[in-house]
Amino acid sequence: MPDDTPLLTIRGLTVAFAGVPALRGVDLDIHAGESLGLVGESGCGKSVTWLAALGLLPATAAVRGSVTLEGQELLGAPPARLDAVRGGRVAMIFQDPSSALNPVRRVGAQVAEALALHRGMRGAAARAEVLRLFDQVGIPDAARRIDAWPHEMSGGQNQRVMIAIALAGRPEILVADEPTTALDATIQAQILDLLRRLQAETGMALVLISHDLGVVADMCRRVGVMYAGRVVEMAESDALFAHPAHPYTRGLLAALPDLLGPRRRLASIPGAVPEPWNLPPGCPFAPRCAEAIAACSAAEPALAETAPDPGSPSHRAACIRVAAPTPTPHLVLA
Amino acid sequence: MTLLALDRVSRVYAGHRGLFGRARPVRAVDEVSLVLDAGRTLGVVGESGCGKSTTGRIALGLEPPDSGSVRFEGAALPPPNTAAWRRQRARMQLVFQDPLAALDRRLTVAAQIAEPLAIHGIGSGADRAERVAQLLADVGLRPDLGRRHPHELSGGQRQRAVLARALATDPVLLVCDEPVSALDVSIQAQVVNMLLDLQAARGIAMLFISHDLKVVRQVSHEVAVMYLGRVVEQGPADMLFAEPVHPYTQALVSAIPTPGPRRAARIVLAGDPPNPAARPPGCAFHPRCPVAIARCASETPALGHAQDGRLVACHLAATQAPTGIAA
Repeated sequence: MPDDTPLLTIRGLTVAFAGVPALRGVDLDIHAGESLGLVGESGCGKSVTWLAALGLLPATAAVRGSVTLEGQELLGAPPARLDAVRGGRVAMIFQDPSSALNPVRRVGAQVAEALALHRGMRGAAARAEVLRLFDQVGIPDAARRIDAWPHEMSGGQNQRVMIAIALAGRPEILVADEPTTALDATIQAQILDLLRRLQAETGMALVLISHDLGVVADMCRRVGVMYAGRVVEMAESDALFAHPAHPYTRGLLAALPDLLGPRRRLASIPGAVPEPWNLPPGCPFAPRCAEAIAACSAAEPALAETAPDPGSPSHRAACIRVAAPTPTPHLVLA
Repeated sequence: MTLLALDRVSRVYAGHRGLFGRARPVRAVDEVSLVLDAGRTLGVVGESGCGKSTTGRIALGLEPPDSGSVRFEGAALPPPNTAAWRRQRARMQLVFQDPLAALDRRLTVAAQIAEPLAIHGIGSGADRAERVAQLLADVGLRPDLGRRHPHELSGGQRQRAVLARALATDPVLLVCDEPVSALDVSIQAQVVNMLLDLQAARGIAMLFISHDLKVVRQVSHEVAVMYLGRVVEQGPADMLFAEPVHPYTQALVSAIPTPGPRRAARIVLAGDPPNPAARPPGCAFHPRCPVAIARCASETPALGHAQDGRLVACHLAATQAPTGIAA
């Protein structure tokens, strides 16, 4: 990691909709230039975390905790300050580009709008910058496509436009929420390639939210696994996929079919994700966990360090079975 | 034993190009030949617009092919909406991606599973209730869930209910169109395992249509890869994904992000996904193909047998003239 001071810090973030908890205490650090992946199944809170952090949830959502960008608190910040951050220092792209774009404005004008808002650019200068951004995100024939309508572009091209809009504010952090889920496999490969290249070119940090463990493994240095509104495991990507500590992470990996090698019966996780208004006591994964013991239902485990020695990179898991005081977690796993 | 045989079926839609454009015909499915044996699974993979879903609908007789023929259990499909067609439809069933759309929101799950029994005149009264209970058990749903409505079930439970209904008439063929694509990973594994168990127990053949190569390999004996309406490669599932021969299959396989160490450099295809309304001449894949030669732009490659027995449609693959099926 380039710097020890995080660019953005999330502490104790909770979100509830009409008293039903959607997020139950999330702590995250994003460092400049890093790539952080967040994985989990529907409803785990991976998207809500970022909508809440950027003040994008409706007023009916009860958001508590703290989100600071270089020491500046974002939660409850006045709209003017948030507007400078959103789309500026922190940009976000979503799953479905065709619904995120305005269907009755030309794509170039939508990029120019972001340039006017965040960099005060107008007229010929803005148009030249739109062309440069279109080139940067790999839209061929940029001079002509600048005046196209969103419906005239393919899903992959529209996602490139969305990325151009995000880049217009020269973000330090790009939050990409399932950016390739709606796209075909070969187009997904193009967009992931583009995000990787842009990150190298601009030095921005990338937060990639995805249900696809493969996408996150491929793109991110550090990965957080979320379940029922909390982060249950957080580690360097290589370590997470080689030695998953939390039984839920292990379950997710075992549930994925392989493309190559001998076929094995998929190890499915029994049951289903608990309803947020009906969470079991203690660890919310305990009812589905093959390794659960009585103590698992007593109290919800905190995210605790499992790394074998102080020198190795942090690997934290929220499981009482792996965060035992004796520092031999990998032996327990084997 | 051959259960289902598609022989050079094509399906052309009229197509439209907006307010001022001219209509262009769309060849959704173009000379596709597939054979499915009883009790086996044939996977059909490809990206949006490749014709894989239309192929499934043609196989079921839900859509007539504009040319070519479909034979099921040795006989041609009866014309749609006739009594004979309805009888045959009990032998072949369809499972879609979105179970909530496939189920009737106003009926309980048990009532919906019983419906095909009534339509096809299978069993009577008490006998049907017993069959419904057995079907619920077969797909791993608790008996009390039968009294619920679709919105009271989770996504995985709904897909199980759809499967129970599809199995009610004891079909020999199941066409599954993206059956697990909308499900979360942990639930997806449950449904995939169940499909394999049902096939082992009942000897059902499956035409398994999906964009997810990993799921397709998990369930399929044989796989056909489609691109813009045509089959470009077909062979045993393990062979096809371990050593893809067609450049498109190679790109598809390489595009799958997988946890763990990378196998090889990723092939990133240039260009947009293909538009079925603007099919390139020659090999439809040539504008995106990293190894295309001049001939690819003018001449459509025929599907031929490679040395290892698989079928490939590529000028650069060493194939022999096909026998029986030809382009």
